[in-house]
Order: sequence, then C-alpha cells, then structure tokens
Amino acid sequence: MSIYLNTAQALPLAVQREMGYDMRRYMAGSVLSVRNICKAYGDTVAVDGISFDIAENEIVGLLGPNGAGKTTTINMTLGVLEPTSGSVYIEGVDLRAQRSRALRRTNFAAVYAPLPGNLTVYQNLRIFGLIYGVKDLAGRIDMLLDHFDLGVFRGVKSGVLSSGEQTRLGLAKAMLNRPRLLLLDEPTASLDPASSREIRGKIREFAKRGDSGVLWTSHNMYEVEEVCDRVLFLSHGKILLEGDPKTLPREHGEETLEELFIAVARERLMSGEG
Amino acid sequence: MHSSRVAAVVLRQFYLIRGSLSRVLPLFVWVAIDMVLWGFITKYLNAVAASGINFVPMLLGAVLLWDFLVRVMQGVTMAFFEDVWSRNFLNIFATPLTISEYLGGLVISSIATSSVGLIVMIVLATSLFGLSVFSSLMLIPFLLLLFLFGIALGICGSAVVLRFGPASEWFIWPVPALIAPFAAVFYPLSTLPQWMRYISLLLPPSYVFENLRAIVSGGAASESALLWGGCLAALYVLLACRFFVLTYRRAVRTGLIARYSAETVS
Repeated sequence: MSIYLNTAQALPLAVQREMGYDMRRYMAGSVLSVRNICKAYGDTVAVDGISFDIAENEIVGLLGPNGAGKTTTINMTLGVLEPTSGSVYIEGVDLRAQRSRALRRTNFAAVYAPLPGNLTVYQNLRIFGLIYGVKDLAGRIDMLLDHFDLGVFRGVKSGVLSSGEQTRLGLAKAMLNRPRLLLLDEPTASLDPASSREIRGKIREFAKRGDSGVLWTSHNMYEVEEVCDRVLFLSHGKILLEGDPKTLPREHGEETLEELFIAVARERLMSGEG
Repeated sequence: MHSSRVAAVVLRQFYLIRGSLSRVLPLFVWVAIDMVLWGFITKYLNAVAASGINFVPMLLGAVLLWDFLVRVMQGVTMAFFEDVWSRNFLNIFATPLTISEYLGGLVISSIATSSVGLIVMIVLATSLFGLSVFSSLMLIPFLLLLFLFGIALGICGSAVVLRFGPASEWFIWPVPALIAPFAAVFYPLSTLPQWMRYISLLLPPSYVFENLRAIVSGGAASESALLWGGCLAALYVLLACRFFVLTYRRAVRTGLIARYSAETVS
C-alpha cells in the first residue's frame, strides 16, 4: 500500500514562513487550522507533527486504531491539552494565545465526558449556555430539547438518563452556542442503529445548513463513509492517508473503508509501531 | 471577566445545594452544634472559675470566628470538589471560561454558603448565650481578615487536589485543625513556645484572636496589627491564585485535565 503524507504536513511551518506564506490568507475559510502539532510524554510521542484544516460546511473524519492519537488531537484542539509544539487556530484565532476567544464558538461532545449527573437536563444546559454566553438562552434550550427529543427529560437528573439519552444531551450541549467548530469524539458510540442514523442526520444538517465545520472520530466505517466529506487516517500520531471516504479505499486497492482501516492498522503493526 | 460565566459557576452550586438536603444541612448544622456545645462549656466555666473572666466572648466568640474561617475555606473547596466528583473538568475547561472567572465563581459561592453558617452562629450565640462582643465595629475587620485567609486556604487546597488527584482531598480536610494550634484560637500567643510563635506571626488569624482577647479583657484592638494581618491575608490570596494558575497550566501541559480521575493521582 502506498502511504503518503497530506500536503499541509509536507510543508512545515518554518518552510511556509520562508516561502512568505500568509497564514491568515491560507486559513481564510477554515474554521480549524492545525499546524504541525506534536505531543510527547517523555519519550513517547502521541501526536507527531500533524497538520490539517477544516473548512466551513465540512465534516472531517479522524480515523485510526486505538492509541493512534485521535483523542489527543481533539484534546489539543479543545485547549485542555497543550501541544509540545505546533499551533491550533480556530477561525484564525491562536488557541494558545487567546484561548477564551478561540473557544467561544467551539464545542464538543464525547462519550467519556458526560454532563454532571447530579444536575437536571435543563440545569446543565442553562449553566453551559451561560458559560458560552448564548443569547436568548431559554429559547435556545427549548429548541434543542425539542430537536433532540429531550423535552420529557427537562427536569430529570442527567445521571439517571440512559446512555443514549445522555449522548443526545451531550450533543444538545455541544450545539448550544451554535459552534463554528464542533468536535465529536465517537458521538454515536452508545446509540442504537436507528438513533445513530437520526443523530448523524442532525449533525450533517447542522454542518451543511450553517457555516460550521465538524471534526468527527468514529470506529464505525459505515457511519464515516455516510457522513464525512473527508477522512484523515491517523496512525502512531501521524496522518498516513487523507481523502474522500467514498473513493479512498479503491485508490489504495481496498474494497471498503473498513478494509482500508484494517490494512492501515496491520501495516502499523507489521512496521513495529504498535 | 464575563459576569455570566462567573454566574454559571455560582448557579451550578446553587442548583446542587437547592436540590440536596445532604448539601443544605452541613451549611449550618455543624456550626450550630458547635455553638450549642461551646456555649454550654463557657457557661459552665463561668460558673466554676473564680477568675471572673467571662468565657462566653473569649471562647464562644473564638469558636464562632474560627468556624467562619473553616466554612469560607470549605465553601471554596466544596464547590471545586463538585467538579472533581462529577468528573466535569473536561466539560468545564474546554469552554471559554477563564481561570479567574472560575475562581471568582468559587469565591462567590463560598460567600453565600459561609454567610448562612455565620448568620446561624450569630443568632444562636447571641440569643442563647448572650454573646455581645460582636456589637463592636471590630467584627467587620475580623471577619474580613478571616474571610480572605479562608479564601486563600480554599484556593490553595483546590490546587493541591487538582495537582494530586481526587484522593488527595483527604490532605485538605484537616488543614484547619493543623493551623488552629498556631493561630492561637483559644489561648494567648504568649502560651506558645517561641518557634510556634514565629509561625503564628505568619498566620493572619492569630492577629484576629489576639485582638479579640484584648477587646474582651477591656483593652483596645491594635489596628496596626490587624492591618498587617489583613495585608498578609491579601498576599496569601494572591499567592493561592498564582499557585492554582500554575497548577492548572501544569495539568494542561501534562494532560491531567483531560483524563482527571481517581486513578491519576501521582
């Protein structure tokens, strides 16, 4: 299998600067620009100099085997993990220099970050709505409760919701501030197939109707192929492949995205990286 | 600083307290028990002591002030622990909320919760045991100084738990008990050996309790000593905030914020 680096990664930041690359112009239209970010814990490199962009209305899938660096990348993009080197720009705003401003129109949902179970659905949404400075918060909460079929749980403690209902609540929180950058770490992991399809539709509608970009991680290749405009294959902290999930498998001699995923994971193992 | 973000931190604490009897009762039950217990002890001491000293203001007043300081500290740490217990760090710190806004919310929460305890203590101490020293205007600087020091302890304790993980909250609960002997809550500083007095000089509460005893004994409060104690307490608040910020930055650098749980204690 031929493995190539994506173009942005091939141009390190220093080279781009030498070439007089105008970062602001380069990033125009991008809701997220990740530039050569690395994260190392001592000798262990979790993310190894990756770069990518997410444009408006674009859903980008971040794929890779366990331990590939997907969640580390998302955490660095959320500002809860500092890169060892490299930069993250959200709507052109440097996350390291202006964290609060950069995160104003960013949000996320992840199965491993449920909202506090000792607060009700409404209370959780109200608190996060205040933190994000959402205008007409009461109306926005009502709309999202309705949108995610959570109206009946409005006064229910979040901790007693089923995992699927908690996932929907996490997504409602993630859309509270109408984010321009939405980060979703396995958003449908605990949903049944019918609910998954419905949620995929809502997220796709969200990305396509407004001016938002979505970074989506999933191990469900069917889902990725259906939802994502572009995928990045991450392995051992590096982007190995990048392209359209519908055409990428054939370009690399595989029938399906799942087969390509397995081939990438195997190659990683055979090369001794795993 | 955005007021709505600070309000969100306070509102979270309000929602939690409003909906939970186990959070409401500790706001005043333990301090009320302390007032009753120490109230009767002081009454008994007044009856048996031949010295003529009125123990009510000296001991009960000291207990009241000390409990206030402890409540202020716990007001901050409890609000912080709610995020620890509900594993909410990733949600809360992946937002535009700044550290100053977060700490501001914790402090305002503490003002509200410690005020409940203070009011209950004053009502019980004055109505049941005739405590009257707090009609003095000196109550305000006493409370202010203890409040500042309690905030400093609370923020510092929160930083320790952020650094060492949830299990380290057991380092925080005994902190007031460790400080109390040096703060000379119940006895004059002159009772302490010299080495302990050096430490007392660095503790703002010791200035409050020395002056409380001076007033009760018919003397005057030393305004310069209280001012110095106040400056020390304000300095400790600044240092505690700095410590929390540095601990937070370290947690972001090491990834602790993103994977904070009981297993991350190092």
